[in-house]
Amino acid sequence: MSLDTKAAKIDRLAELTAKQETSTGASLWVEAYRRLRTSKMALIGAVVIGLFVVLAVVGPWVAPHDPTQMWRGEVFRNRGIFVGPRDGNWFGLDQLGRDEFSRMLVGARQTLMVGVVATLLGLTVGAILGGLSGAALTLGGNTGRKVDTVIMRVIDMMLAMPSLLLAVSIAAVLGQSLTTVMIAVGVVQIPIFARLLRGAMLAQGGADYVLAAKALGVRKRRIVFSQILPNSLSPVIVQATLCLATAIIEAAALSYLGLGNPNPATPEWGVMLAESQAFFDDAPMLAVYPAVGIIITALGFTLLGEAMREALDPKLRS
Amino acid sequence: MALLSVDELSITFTRRGQRDAKAVSGVSFDIDPGQVVGLVGESGCGKSVTSLALMGLLPDKGVRIGGTADYDGTDLLSLSKNRMRDMRGTQLAMIFQDPLSSLNPVVPIGVQVTEILKRHRGMKGEAARKEAADLLDRVGIPDPTRRLKEYPHQLSGGMRQRALIAMAVACAPRMLIADEPTTALDVTIQAQILELLKELVDQEGTGLLMITHDLGVVAGLCDKVNVLYAGRVVESAERRPLFAAPTHPYSHGLLGSIPRLDAPRGEKLNPIRGSINDNIEWADGCAFAPRCDYYTMECLTGTPQLTEPLTAGHQVRCVNPVVEGSTPNDDGDAGRAESAGEDAVGDARDGKSADIEKADTTEASS
Amino acid sequence: MLRLVIRRLLQLIPTLAGLSILLFLWVHRLPGGPAAAMLGERATAESKARIEEQLGLDKPVMEQYWLFLQRIVQGDLGTSSQTGQPVLDELLLRFPATVELALSAMLLAVVVGIPLGYFAARRRGGWLDVAAVSGSLLGICIPVFFLAFLLRALFAVNLGWFPAGGRQETGMNATEVTGFYVLDGLLTGELDAAWGAINHLALPAIALASIPLAIVVRMTRASVLEVLGEDYIRTAESKGLNKSVVRIRHVLRNALLPIVTAIGLLTGGLLSGAVLTESVFSFGGIGSFLKDAIDNRDYPVLTGFIMFIAATFVIINLLVDVAYSLIDPRVRVH
Repeated sequence: MSLDTKAAKIDRLAELTAKQETSTGASLWVEAYRRLRTSKMALIGAVVIGLFVVLAVVGPWVAPHDPTQMWRGEVFRNRGIFVGPRDGNWFGLDQLGRDEFSRMLVGARQTLMVGVVATLLGLTVGAILGGLSGAALTLGGNTGRKVDTVIMRVIDMMLAMPSLLLAVSIAAVLGQSLTTVMIAVGVVQIPIFARLLRGAMLAQGGADYVLAAKALGVRKRRIVFSQILPNSLSPVIVQATLCLATAIIEAAALSYLGLGNPNPATPEWGVMLAESQAFFDDAPMLAVYPAVGIIITALGFTLLGEAMREALDPKLRS
Repeated sequence: MALLSVDELSITFTRRGQRDAKAVSGVSFDIDPGQVVGLVGESGCGKSVTSLALMGLLPDKGVRIGGTADYDGTDLLSLSKNRMRDMRGTQLAMIFQDPLSSLNPVVPIGVQVTEILKRHRGMKGEAARKEAADLLDRVGIPDPTRRLKEYPHQLSGGMRQRALIAMAVACAPRMLIADEPTTALDVTIQAQILELLKELVDQEGTGLLMITHDLGVVAGLCDKVNVLYAGRVVESAERRPLFAAPTHPYSHGLLGSIPRLDAPRGEKLNPIRGSINDNIEWADGCAFAPRCDYYTMECLTGTPQLTEPLTAGHQVRCVNPVVEGSTPNDDGDAGRAESAGEDAVGDARDGKSADIEKADTTEASS
Repeated sequence: MLRLVIRRLLQLIPTLAGLSILLFLWVHRLPGGPAAAMLGERATAESKARIEEQLGLDKPVMEQYWLFLQRIVQGDLGTSSQTGQPVLDELLLRFPATVELALSAMLLAVVVGIPLGYFAARRRGGWLDVAAVSGSLLGICIPVFFLAFLLRALFAVNLGWFPAGGRQETGMNATEVTGFYVLDGLLTGELDAAWGAINHLALPAIALASIPLAIVVRMTRASVLEVLGEDYIRTAESKGLNKSVVRIRHVLRNALLPIVTAIGLLTGGLLSGAVLTESVFSFGGIGSFLKDAIDNRDYPVLTGFIMFIAATFVIINLLVDVAYSLIDPRVRVH
């Protein structure tokens, strides 16, 4: 056989094999990102969140009116009948005669802030506790087990309280303010993140690659921090996205129970929704605007979170 | 008269927005009563899908099945779902690979055995329980009445597989399909399970389709063997001729990659290069060509046909089969990597380079 | 079985001890201190001094904690500043209403949610699946109290199909046997009373069920999808069993295991939700009572409520653990 035909043979084979797609080599994150990009749920969620964030940033600047300005005369002239949508007040006036549209725009920022700060608080403290617990248990030894037991007892105690009531009891001590709401909602999330990270780390601790690293003589500490921990973070990230949604909803519930932000200068959707309930039968739209805002935002975070969960689930990868 | 006659079976997976994937095409074989037929190949070659298609256990959506599977005058592949449901368990039964995951973890063994007796043999209560105990006894489970009350996790691996076999033979089916029944078991247990299957086949005259990648199982049990590669039968023969003279380079490679105790010390094993993912489409040529030590230009022009090169009943799908005197064509690495020593390759057919390689090996081993 | 219960009870001891320490600290941190927590903010200086002595506020902290613990164990949760009655009595009086509401909501969530999740999974990607998944996403994202107001405005105020609040029409009460109005009506044969109670329950139960329903649907769906892919389902099918046997004994039985655990976790959410729903419908359970307590700064009620709920929640989780071990043989053995 001449070299020519041999070259032809190689070319032909290369050409035929090249048709095959190779799906090997993609890392978990790259693969997850690829799946996330093709997910409609993720797209809708991301767009909603994007719009919400834009609103939160520019809202206070584009609001047509001062959110605290009361158009008292109007309310009075209408003898307690609420002023509905009209030119200049697109969403009408609220129960105190303030421009509802402006309050919605300004309120977006506070709402986002409550969600983000509360979740960050829960995430940070929860991840530290859970990570400590997981690391202690993986590193092993009597001390490790003891540290884990103590932390988990505390976490279990926090879990022993229904979340809203835990938030209520915290709010009762701290008094009524926006900070209180953020702390109360954030603390409620601590045990969720702690349990999640610990569970993920324990699961990773038994994985083959960890055993392999141990067999190679890699130091335990190094295994925990450079291998187990990074590989355990994905469920935590997913949960953080989902928790942003629940944080916003729980903040609204706290406001409804009369523990929310009392400052009228910084409107927040949860407070607006809670305050409007007293007039629900007369002016339902005053409740509907902030409620729809909250629902859509929460849906956005939930959709993105669920899509991320699906994308990261190795069982669903084909 | 064959008990089960599969003719031109093809299975295609269709997924919206994706190219159809042919899992199996043009697979034909016969099984006589009391005969054990092996379906051999690597994972992913389509052997499990074939068995599921015969049992009617593939999902309705996203799968297209072609060809016929004639069982005692009825075509299994065109039966209605309900008729097929009646056939399963009574006429055909199946034994699966992993006995732990194949048993319902929260239902006692007894219920899992009696439910089939109740369904197909109309037995009730005490009678069903007694028959179930007899079945467990027959497949070699000691203390069957106690075992009936236990849950799968309380049994050992071998026990579980025996229990699954008891369920499969509960209604004395004439056709058994065993999908890698020993893969998940310890070697000593493997032999016991194979012995049990052999007994059942010999005593009852059941036909057995044995799906495996383990040539040891084939050698010990099968009368006839079909070697599957990328969804097509590449070689079909009686057991003896196949083991004596494997003709398709793939079968040849499979046998060559078994470690042998009587091989000289230090001799390298001959694994088949690459993996089943290094395929080309059958339409373009022989799917095995990229991994083949013997391929030529002709291998890359159209699908090779099953032919009978040697003896009657021994078929092979290869334009360039391995016969005595043929030598590997050592530019096999081509297409993936430029092998070192390009000029040492020389003419592929003169056997010179093969000698060089052999020399290398002996040198290395000495 | 008994050993499992005992072990779980023993495991509760450190949790409860820790919880009591937290509560003790919490009561001390309340505005006005523990005396206000016992009497409420509007107590006279005289009674305040008396209670402070009673609480041993001049004694060392450890001793104070010990006194605190004794009082809890004796069921002395203080006196409501709104009603002047002992908090425990007030809570026990209202508890059946909340239990009735929570049970109805849970029943609704389970009875509707499990079949819905099951069929959504069976026809994955079909219209029912899409509707169930989007509906449950929405259900999680609607603030419960807003949904309650919406239902009340629509079905009670505008359409008049259901009463707008309360547990029963005045003068319709059945003879009290259990404190559960529906059950009482049925037990005593006063069917119109039972029917009235059901009518009053409907809207709050639906509002309260929204989140558990959403969660049960999603969990059932995910669980059924997972079980459908299991090898033992293929085995069951290969035996040619009837569809109903495969579905109930093999698919559902396994798929429902994680849901039992979830129900335990959901009770916490139900108690939270009850606080919100009850106040919208003036339902008269411990939920409305808590809302009133917060509005009136009635700290004794708040404190008592939290202890009461913590205890309830702990007991429910214990029961769920035991129930789980009954239905999953793999847990039973270990």
